[in-house]
Amino acid sequence: MVERKLEIKKMATAGSLESNDILIMISKGEGKIDIELESVVEKQFGEDIKKVIHDTLVEEGITDAKVIAKDKGALDFTIRARVRACVKRGVEN
Amino acid sequence: MNYLSSTDLRTVKVLEQAEFPSKVNARNKVVEDTAKLIKELGIKDNAVLSFHHHLRNGDYVLNTIMKEVQRQGIKGITLVASSLFPIHAEMIPLLEDGTIENIVTSYISGDLGRAISYGKLKGKIIMQSHGGRARSILNGEIEIDVAFIASPSADAHGNISGVNGHNTCGTLGYAIADSLKAKKVVAVTDALVEYPNYPADITEDYVDYVLVIDCIGRKEGIVSGTTRVTRDPVGLKIAKDTLKVMEATGLLKEGFSYQSGAGGISLAVTAFLKEYMIENNIKGSFASGGITGHLTQMLEEGLFSALFDVQCFDLESIESLKRNPNHIRMSASQYGNPEVSAVVDKLDFVILGATEIDVNFNVNVTSGADGVLMGGSGGHQDTAAGSKVSIIVSKLFSSRIPVIKDRVDVITTPGTTVDVLVTERGICVNPLRTDLIEAFKEAKLEIVDIKELKEYSESIMGKAKPIEKTDRIIGLSQYRDGSIIDYIYEVKR
Repeated sequence: MVERKLEIKKMATAGSLESNDILIMISKGEGKIDIELESVVEKQFGEDIKKVIHDTLVEEGITDAKVIAKDKGALDFTIRARVRACVKRGVEN
Repeated sequence: MNYLSSTDLRTVKVLEQAEFPSKVNARNKVVEDTAKLIKELGIKDNAVLSFHHHLRNGDYVLNTIMKEVQRQGIKGITLVASSLFPIHAEMIPLLEDGTIENIVTSYISGDLGRAISYGKLKGKIIMQSHGGRARSILNGEIEIDVAFIASPSADAHGNISGVNGHNTCGTLGYAIADSLKAKKVVAVTDALVEYPNYPADITEDYVDYVLVIDCIGRKEGIVSGTTRVTRDPVGLKIAKDTLKVMEATGLLKEGFSYQSGAGGISLAVTAFLKEYMIENNIKGSFASGGITGHLTQMLEEGLFSALFDVQCFDLESIESLKRNPNHIRMSASQYGNPEVSAVVDKLDFVILGATEIDVNFNVNVTSGADGVLMGGSGGHQDTAAGSKVSIIVSKLFSSRIPVIKDRVDVITTPGTTVDVLVTERGICVNPLRTDLIEAFKEAKLEIVDIKELKEYSESIMGKAKPIEKTDRIIGLSQYRDGSIIDYIYEVKR
């Protein structure tokens, strides 16, 4: 796998606040990945959700970003899709 | 005095002419000053006060009365409220200052439930079913000092009707036991009407005072906005499969009886059932429970012979109650009291929801995914126990909250009375119901083991971290017969 490193250039969002979805907002970071999560299942899955967001960012080549996520109980595949879409939008000029 | 046991009737005193009774001078029952009435009632510390919940989230009566009790410095009240709604969050300061010490209820939602789960109630909370509440009041297990009955209308003598007045709510089924057994009964109304107020749900012979206040509630909160059939395709699939389950039991035939909740999926089941009944030319015996316009339409179209109504959920059902003699008022006792003959015992099907169900078919509708009180049995226990087939309808995947657990957080309804679970990913049958398993096999209805369905859902959602609780037991989940089926613990913040 080719190692790629991407940079978030502007603020971007993906997803929604519908039930079973997640709203991801991404912007330039301060040297690392910083995730702020608000979730209806924070107590049960908070750590899992943060890990999925973090790992997806790293897979996409992002190591510096600030993420605000508002989760309405999305499953992992939804979270990954929303994070990827958000990164694509955020790295464009 | 028992004159029959007197051996010598010569010893019995006979009134002198001068002592003969005068004509009746009817006592005035009407009061307009809440503070004065509370004083006159002589409510003492640790008194037991009761309220009903027909005004639901539009109820002003409980808050109005309890704040006056607080103002008069009365402490240690046991609040026997048939249900508590978000509007009753105004009671939180009364938990903190000790005005309210214990709570007995059948359903609680909103911030009051949250506060109790986080340990704000100094005493205990007992969660009952609707039938269990009526049982405990009628058999004297709970002794009510004063019942405050929110009354959409009352006349000066205390005839209470739920269909007259401005804030109408229909039947008053949950208040009947209170009116029969409380030491004092107060009709609280904002519509004092001409005598006689009819049809009366509670009659004047059971009412001691008529308290007239400005407003007993707000209309928007009284009639439900939740009685809409779901449009969600997942919910509709579950509803369709539920109808297949009902058909496969062999009980869906002329003269069957039916109850469903007012949730979106349950209402969709009712809608599909209606089509099925028309197509197959089947007429049912009765439908029961909380009544919605969906059922009153079926009544008027002749699809059911009668409705047993413990609570009207919408305006349409209130109108039907006025109009149709076969739309029958039902008290909570007649509905589900396990110590008497009750309507639930005649039910063929009940369709119920679940927050959680476990591999032993125990159902939780008492606490939410975060372990906080946000519900309660209502008629769940009663109908599950009485019906021939109790069916739980629920999404397997809903906002990542797993519905099937190893053990539910709080047992509301014991799995021994829960027969079928219908989800979008499969139908499970309680292994105790070998007769249903056999019938479904014959009908070629595919079923899946509940443990397998649980594993499948965990493979997609992950396993939820258990809710953190403290060691403090704050209350009990009571079964309809009075026995206790679970503890309720304080939730860690």
